[in-house]
Amino acid sequence: MRLEKRPERSAAMALASPFIALALTIVTAAIIFALRGNNPLAALYVYFIEPLTALWSVEQLLVKASPLILIGAGLSVCYRANVWNIGAEGQLTAGAILAGAVPVFFPAWQSPLVLLVMVALGVLGGMMWAAIPAFLRNRFSANEILTSLMLVYVVQLLLDYLVRGPWRDPQGFNFPKSVTFEGWQLLPYLTSGIHLGVLIAFIVALVLGYVVSRTLKGYEITVTGLSTRAARFSGFSEKRTVMFCMLLSGGLAGLAGAFEISSVVGQLQPQISPGYGFAAIIVAFLGRLNPVGVIFAGLLLALSYIGGEAVQTALQIPDKITRVIQGILLFYILACDTLITYRIVSPASRAAAAAGA
Amino acid sequence: MTEASATPLLEARNIVKVFGALRANDDVNLTIMPGEIHAFLGENGAGKSTLVKMIYGALQPTSGQFFWKGRHVIPASPSVARHLGIGMVFQHFSLFDSLTVAENIALAMPGPHDIAALSDRISKVSASYGLPISPTAIVGDLSVGERQRIEIIRCLLQEPQLLIMDEPTSVLTPQEADQLFVVLKRLASEGCSVLYISHRLEEVKALCDTATILRHGKVVAHVDPRKETAASLARLMVGGDIHAIKPRVSAARGGEATPRLELRHLSLPADGAFGVALKDVSLSVAAGEVVAIAGVAGNGQGEFFDAVSGERPVAADMMLLDGVALGQASITARRKAGAAFVPEERLGHGAVPTMTLSLNMILSRHAVDPALVSAGVLKPEGARVAAERIIKTFDVRKGKPDPEARALSGGNLQKYVVGRELELKPKLLVINQPTWGVDAGAAAAIRQALIDLAVSGSAVLVISQDLDEIFEIADRIAVISRGQLSEARPAQEMTREEIGLLMAGAHEDRKGAAHHAA
Amino acid sequence: MELLLTLLTIIMTAATPLLLAALGEMVTERSGVLNLGVEGMMVMGAVAGFGAAFMTGNPWLGVLASIVAGMAMSLLFGFLTLTLLANQVATGLALTLLGLGLSALMGESFVGQPGVKLPSLAGVDPLVPFSLAMVAATGWFLFRTKMGLIIRAVGNSHASAHALGYNVIAVRYLCVLFGGAMSGLAGGYLSLFYTPQWVENMTAGRGWIALALVVFASWLPLRILAGAYLFGTISILSFVLQAQGLGIPSQFLSSLPYLGTILALVVISGNKALTRRNTPASLGQPFVPDR
Repeated sequence: MRLEKRPERSAAMALASPFIALALTIVTAAIIFALRGNNPLAALYVYFIEPLTALWSVEQLLVKASPLILIGAGLSVCYRANVWNIGAEGQLTAGAILAGAVPVFFPAWQSPLVLLVMVALGVLGGMMWAAIPAFLRNRFSANEILTSLMLVYVVQLLLDYLVRGPWRDPQGFNFPKSVTFEGWQLLPYLTSGIHLGVLIAFIVALVLGYVVSRTLKGYEITVTGLSTRAARFSGFSEKRTVMFCMLLSGGLAGLAGAFEISSVVGQLQPQISPGYGFAAIIVAFLGRLNPVGVIFAGLLLALSYIGGEAVQTALQIPDKITRVIQGILLFYILACDTLITYRIVSPASRAAAAAGA
Repeated sequence: MTEASATPLLEARNIVKVFGALRANDDVNLTIMPGEIHAFLGENGAGKSTLVKMIYGALQPTSGQFFWKGRHVIPASPSVARHLGIGMVFQHFSLFDSLTVAENIALAMPGPHDIAALSDRISKVSASYGLPISPTAIVGDLSVGERQRIEIIRCLLQEPQLLIMDEPTSVLTPQEADQLFVVLKRLASEGCSVLYISHRLEEVKALCDTATILRHGKVVAHVDPRKETAASLARLMVGGDIHAIKPRVSAARGGEATPRLELRHLSLPADGAFGVALKDVSLSVAAGEVVAIAGVAGNGQGEFFDAVSGERPVAADMMLLDGVALGQASITARRKAGAAFVPEERLGHGAVPTMTLSLNMILSRHAVDPALVSAGVLKPEGARVAAERIIKTFDVRKGKPDPEARALSGGNLQKYVVGRELELKPKLLVINQPTWGVDAGAAAAIRQALIDLAVSGSAVLVISQDLDEIFEIADRIAVISRGQLSEARPAQEMTREEIGLLMAGAHEDRKGAAHHAA
Repeated sequence: MELLLTLLTIIMTAATPLLLAALGEMVTERSGVLNLGVEGMMVMGAVAGFGAAFMTGNPWLGVLASIVAGMAMSLLFGFLTLTLLANQVATGLALTLLGLGLSALMGESFVGQPGVKLPSLAGVDPLVPFSLAMVAATGWFLFRTKMGLIIRAVGNSHASAHALGYNVIAVRYLCVLFGGAMSGLAGGYLSLFYTPQWVENMTAGRGWIALALVVFASWLPLRILAGAYLFGTISILSFVLQAQGLGIPSQFLSSLPYLGTILALVVISGNKALTRRNTPASLGQPFVPDR
């Protein structure tokens, strides 16, 4: 058995690949459950199906999916251009810090403007944190993979310092937390469980989907990723694309950070995200580096978080299984993607083809 | 068959090689006698390289057999072939830029790993055959001609009985080629056979004892090239007379005050570790003429193209279009000013390999063709129509309606990329290696189109390594060597010998010449 | 003098995991493969090493287990990138994400358990002299042996190496496995000697710092040694400064190694002359033989 390059990319495989990967992941998950001594079918039901059977958990799914979709949509644009921002977790944190500064410094300020300022500062914080690796790559050719990741650790330590030190709630019994946000410091809810950020995440992904597939900017990004030389011939500047993609993905991660602290979390604390910034890397690939595909991928990854919590409560399986399943899913999707550009040929079928020709 | 009685050194019998749907070699027979220089002639894509790669063990035949001195052999890998006594100098060198000459050669040598002892042997062979090279030099710093010497020495150190040379002169100046022929003739006189692959008829006539001619993967003739004419060999190779270019109607020129394109003392630092810097390049091209830049690969042609196209901007007054200083302008701004460009690499420079032809339409036209993009929004239908138009006008052959660029053959993609620029009737066209790796039919069509464009009043600047092509289409010729450009002179005043000397750097300044000697 | 010696010992201890992992990754990258999964291989080495030592009571079995775990992870990476030709950057990220998750799941029952510490030999941990010996060994191997030359050749141009008849994929598999073994060992060092216990995510970005070290050292073993000890010093410096009680928040001092990494990348990457000759030209590019 060996691989042979297809004359063209297979559109069918590009669509089928995530589904094959998902099926393989479910099979693997069943094996892990069985190895742990759980009934695999029951565990699979609790993990993948049960969360979809109740309204409240579907709402929770959408809420969890929204940061994944926001960040994943930005990263999908980035990765299209071969710009490897893997520091979205840090950009999310930077956005949360800047947005959280508003209620921390002006706890009594109540007006719709507060929320607008928080959201704007969240985007700005994420952009600023993402601009650093972009600048370092453009100016010094420093690898943005490493710099963006290092900055995750730095900003997380900064947040840790703030909530343990100057920003700690004086009435908080010494817990490392800021004041609790309230009123216009929180996002309005559309239903009992769904906040405004969910709607915005979906809109952002759809708009980015249009930008990527239908505009010259999207064309520029795609060409830059496929061939920097052809992009230069086309008159597109690689540096400009690097900065654009980093600012876009950083800004969206910062927006997700602002949404998280003004909804689910409701304050600043040492940990504000269960690794959304890293899970969004998987979302971007699973969504075919297409912002619209990211919507579905984001929902699936959100399901993996909720399923993980569900098996922990129902079956006493540690919720760490979530990250294992997410990791395996990414591996399968990368393996299946091989079949988009290559096909498997066995020696027998080659001989037959030769004889027939 | 001059020595029918002797045992052939190598015989290939009924060789077939299939790549997917393509039969690259179809029942090929080849016989090489000891001590002969055997030409293997054919167009680009005729299947020459495929057969020699199989002889050298780099590819395996689908069916067929090889006999070495009458014994059946299977060259399963290059090391098996080398062990038999077969050496090969590739068209695309198999060298490692960041390693030294000695390290490069060590990689092909069996036996214990001793760089110092090997360096001594390299120096000896290089002195004895007149192929100067330093064993400690880093390959990336060497010229193309010097790299070829490494490949040849690498083969000679193994004392081969058969030396395969794949298009060796395509990267050499005429003088360097003459030196190479001396080495090859000496090798043959010492009993080493040479399989000489080429599509250059004159040199085959001058050098080779016998010739096998390949067309579309099949052997069409075995001849004695010394008894043939260049025209008869060409007919065998192409299968019919080559489409002749229409005689030029001399375009009106000379009356204009400002040239269409003017380069004034253009200089550009080297790009990357192994790049070439441009030094004080001056040239003007008038509307209605074709100016060609000759030169051996790797002498700054790529950098020259980048500077003229605006991919790498230079000082504003170094490049003028219709008298307007555009040196600082981007490639997009230069296109808006009426220029068009065709780079050397089709895949990955002139076109994105994995994008469809219609999307590739947008690549060079997004700023100048409102039918493709308006207000920042793509118009896929407009791109599709435009692509269809090019495909029809320039007879681009393809498998399906809108294939990816990489699915096209080299010649067809080149016609598409050239057509994309020609259709706009640019005031200035700059084209790098217009027919490199293109079959004869497409090459003739492209050359004709370039001449027609000049006749219609455009300025055409052609960068080419192919002297035949240059003499066919150019009004004036300049030569580039180590980033320096000779004065452009009328084509009818120049000879191949003169151009060869210029290619070797006859016009370079003293400093450059001293550097060459050192 | 004694203080200096103590300080040097602490620095060596902090530098050794970085040195081991970076040496392995350097060999991998010299063959043209970019494995960004160092952190994942390292953390799997840490959990496997701790687990094996904890269950058998033998720290040397722990060392062996950490090497095997690192190699198993690298084999997975190799299969995806070399056989299935998947994108190396994405696969490396996947390896890290999977390693962090899987180690957390596997190490669930080890949290809070006392570890089995690797015994010191004559006052030093045996892996410290081993890591120094590996600097010399990789240097000798890469620049003085035929196999080392082949690895550098494959990393410089896989097409040329293939044309000369070398098995590019096999060479790369070996180099990827070596990188995995060294990363796994580096992880084992953390959980068996540095802090003999299991804590989730205990590698704390060291795998990424090791990756940066390879670039910083422009793929040369001696410079990796210098870089690793420089970073060892920086991380010890933050401890010393904390102990001094200068009033600098501990978080700022803890971020010094990460900021130092960024600074080092900026200084080295901007200097083309330093990186020019040694950067493996085919780094990160998949190789498809045309036969």
